[in-house]
Amino acid sequence: MAAVKFTLNGKSQTVDVQAQMPLLWVLRDTLGMTGTKFGCGIAQCGACTVHINGQPTRSCVTQISTVAGKSVTTIEGLSADGASHPVQRAWIEEDVPQCGYCQSGQIMTAAALLTKASNPSDADIDESMRGNLCRCGTYQAIRRAVHTAARLRRASNPVAQEGAIA
Amino acid sequence: MTPTINRASAPVLTKKLNRRTFLQAGATAAGGLMIGFYLPEKSRLAAQTATAAPSKLNAFVRIGADDSVTLMIHKSEMGQGTVTSLSMLLAEELECNWSKIRTEFPPVSPEYGAMMGAYGSLSIRTSWQPLRQAGAQAREMLIAAAAQQWGVDKSQCKAENGSIVNAATNAKLSYGSLADAASKLPVPAAVGIKLKDSSQYKLIGTSMKRLDTASKVNGTATFGLDIKRPGMLYASLERCPVFGGKVASFDASKAKSVPGVKNVVQISNGVAVLADNTWAAMEGRKALSMKWDEGSRANTSSASLRQMFMDLAAKPGAVARNTGDAEMAMAGAAKKIEAVYEAPYLSHAPMEPLNCVAHVTADHCDVWAGTQIQSAAQQTAAGITKLPAAKIDIHTEYLGGGFGRRGGADFIGEAVEIAKAVTGTPVKLTWTREDDLQHDTYRPASYTTFAAGLDAEGWPVAFTGRVACPSFGGLRNGVDSTGVEGIVSITYDIPNTHIEYHPPDAGIPVSYWRSVGFSQNCFFMESFLDEMAAATKKDPVEFRRRLLSKDPKNARYLNVLNIAADKAGWGKPLPAGHFHGVAVVNNLGSFNAQVAEVSVTQGKVKVHKVVCAVDCGQVVNRAGVTQQIESGIVYGLSAALKIGITLDHGRVQQKNFNNYDPLRIDEMPVVEVHIVDNHENPGGIGEASTPSIVPAVTNAVFAATGKRIRNLPIKAADLV
Repeated sequence: MAAVKFTLNGKSQTVDVQAQMPLLWVLRDTLGMTGTKFGCGIAQCGACTVHINGQPTRSCVTQISTVAGKSVTTIEGLSADGASHPVQRAWIEEDVPQCGYCQSGQIMTAAALLTKASNPSDADIDESMRGNLCRCGTYQAIRRAVHTAARLRRASNPVAQEGAIA
Repeated sequence: MTPTINRASAPVLTKKLNRRTFLQAGATAAGGLMIGFYLPEKSRLAAQTATAAPSKLNAFVRIGADDSVTLMIHKSEMGQGTVTSLSMLLAEELECNWSKIRTEFPPVSPEYGAMMGAYGSLSIRTSWQPLRQAGAQAREMLIAAAAQQWGVDKSQCKAENGSIVNAATNAKLSYGSLADAASKLPVPAAVGIKLKDSSQYKLIGTSMKRLDTASKVNGTATFGLDIKRPGMLYASLERCPVFGGKVASFDASKAKSVPGVKNVVQISNGVAVLADNTWAAMEGRKALSMKWDEGSRANTSSASLRQMFMDLAAKPGAVARNTGDAEMAMAGAAKKIEAVYEAPYLSHAPMEPLNCVAHVTADHCDVWAGTQIQSAAQQTAAGITKLPAAKIDIHTEYLGGGFGRRGGADFIGEAVEIAKAVTGTPVKLTWTREDDLQHDTYRPASYTTFAAGLDAEGWPVAFTGRVACPSFGGLRNGVDSTGVEGIVSITYDIPNTHIEYHPPDAGIPVSYWRSVGFSQNCFFMESFLDEMAAATKKDPVEFRRRLLSKDPKNARYLNVLNIAADKAGWGKPLPAGHFHGVAVVNNLGSFNAQVAEVSVTQGKVKVHKVVCAVDCGQVVNRAGVTQQIESGIVYGLSAALKIGITLDHGRVQQKNFNNYDPLRIDEMPVVEVHIVDNHENPGGIGEASTPSIVPAVTNAVFAATGKRIRNLPIKAADLV
């Protein structure tokens, strides 16, 4: 066992678990934050995507020891009210989720994409999001919603208007 | 453990229950829903708000003093939109305020059907009448309560947006203020209440936003995998890699020394490691030393199974369809064509790996799961615990995909067995993705031979086929309808047909996979029809039109074909290198035609666009229909282009999404859905579009390359 200290959704967090334990299971089982999902365990489906220091990361293959001192954002921490991040607003507006299981990961990947590309093309979206599987087939709705999210984000954040790809 | 289910219609369903899963109590309720019959239950809403429990107006409707309307959704939500569409049916007649609606998944009860569950694209079809009636009954009770309070005749009162309005005075009483009084009134007979005519619908047929979206964009939606109970242990189960194999012996000493591991127990099909978190349970499982009795199937391979299917298909089988005299017509045909079609086993691979939380005590069992069939889950738990069904509470959570897989109760049985072994301690069993792909109840493989006799003008006069496809739906006169549906059900004008069927004993667990037999047979049938057209260079759309034109019963078929062809611009110029393919299907009460636009570059198939015209009868949620058509197309495209289960030494070779890789967003075509306005009774929509996308694509591949795809998934080697 080893105590690991990191920042989780803006707050300091310390866990005392096996050093090799994947972040996914620390979040879900140790901390009870179940918004981040288990899908494959080998970084092939994207359901477990979180941000580590702003980078979209597969938490199922991220050992907790490597997270020490870093900042982790999960779906629970994407917005204060759980609805107001531009990607969440767009997902609601476009009614994206079906079963919804993969959507935490989809949303986290999309949110990271929009910090790099303020006005992504379909090709940009496909390239960034091809690591996130959806068996319900919400892909067309996701493409639509990422465009909507980009528009919402630009409207609320004038700085983001500059340039298609930052 | 998958129950035998009938996907045709509700009345048949209640009569044909598998004995093992038939609810005793269901016998009295087999006809439908007993309004006004309540079970004691825990209301999550009441627990949350700590206010007075909402008043129960009937099995589906509760209304709180705060005007909240709580609707019981008795069909699992696995993405197909039942929470929203069933709410629309209730609210249409209830005339409640849509924004006040909350929903709950109720416990198993005969009032929710003798086989409570969501399967066979039946949720709307079986709920269409009873839920509108339940909404209307509740409304009439609220009207009666208001009339009593005002001392006026009921005819002076009307329901409007969550209130009863006094037509003479314009006074209003909210549903919340009337609910308690209404709940004490007698329930009016459903037959005496006239339901709205389609011209009066306010909700039905519109596009409503899903009610479950908000919780699915912030991580708060609770799936089975998200359940945590006090003192719960986490389990991972090692099963024999060969189907039908058993534990010979095992050594758990290393597993027990893995940090976090608390216990190791053997159950009927394997050895479970229990730990204080999921990861520790998985690590402990890896440390098990297992010796298996692999049984009689340890030499099974895809090649050996194919040989078995081929040998059967060489012999006469049970007759599944016979019209006219196909033998004589074939002998007299001007031209004869033959083909062999094959499809592989397929895994369902829902995004949420299978899981179940079970808590067994001496006299009670609680099960939390994403299950498609609550009644089957309850009966499975009853069989293991030897407790009566009344002592088993099934708590339904959101399903992270179902596609038929969660109609099985195998994963529930495993969790209950483990929980029984540690009676008193709640247990969460989590399957890994490897478990999911290697221990599925698969879509069966099929090996099917076809022949057609064409007359001098190239029109079919005879069609024969022989299907070798493992059975799981039960045999009637030697035929399992799940193996031949989509072939025997064709309504093309072919006067002489003869179809035979064999059920190979392959030893691979098989079951319902989205669209079931149609999933492979529509590919076979619509491809072979294309072959018939191509034999005399006829246009595939014109060919189908002619074969659907004679019988007026094919009008809806013909209509969707014409709409899809028209909207796709069939026969008009396409971008260079792009080609169209077409297919039509009628399954589970819905008709659809699809035109796929495809290009093939160095053996690589790209699907650019799909145009689908669908006639599912009366639409309930228009947006939901579009979602399900898109969803079914993606599911079918994975089967057409990418996935297949293969076997070697009795073991499934695919292990995870790295080698069972479904369609991804960069492979997603533009999908355009055209919905036919129609007020016929609703058809099923959850499985409607999965079958027809496959031959639409393979027929387009033929148009592009001249290569006929007769096995799936499409391989580059078939195209170069």
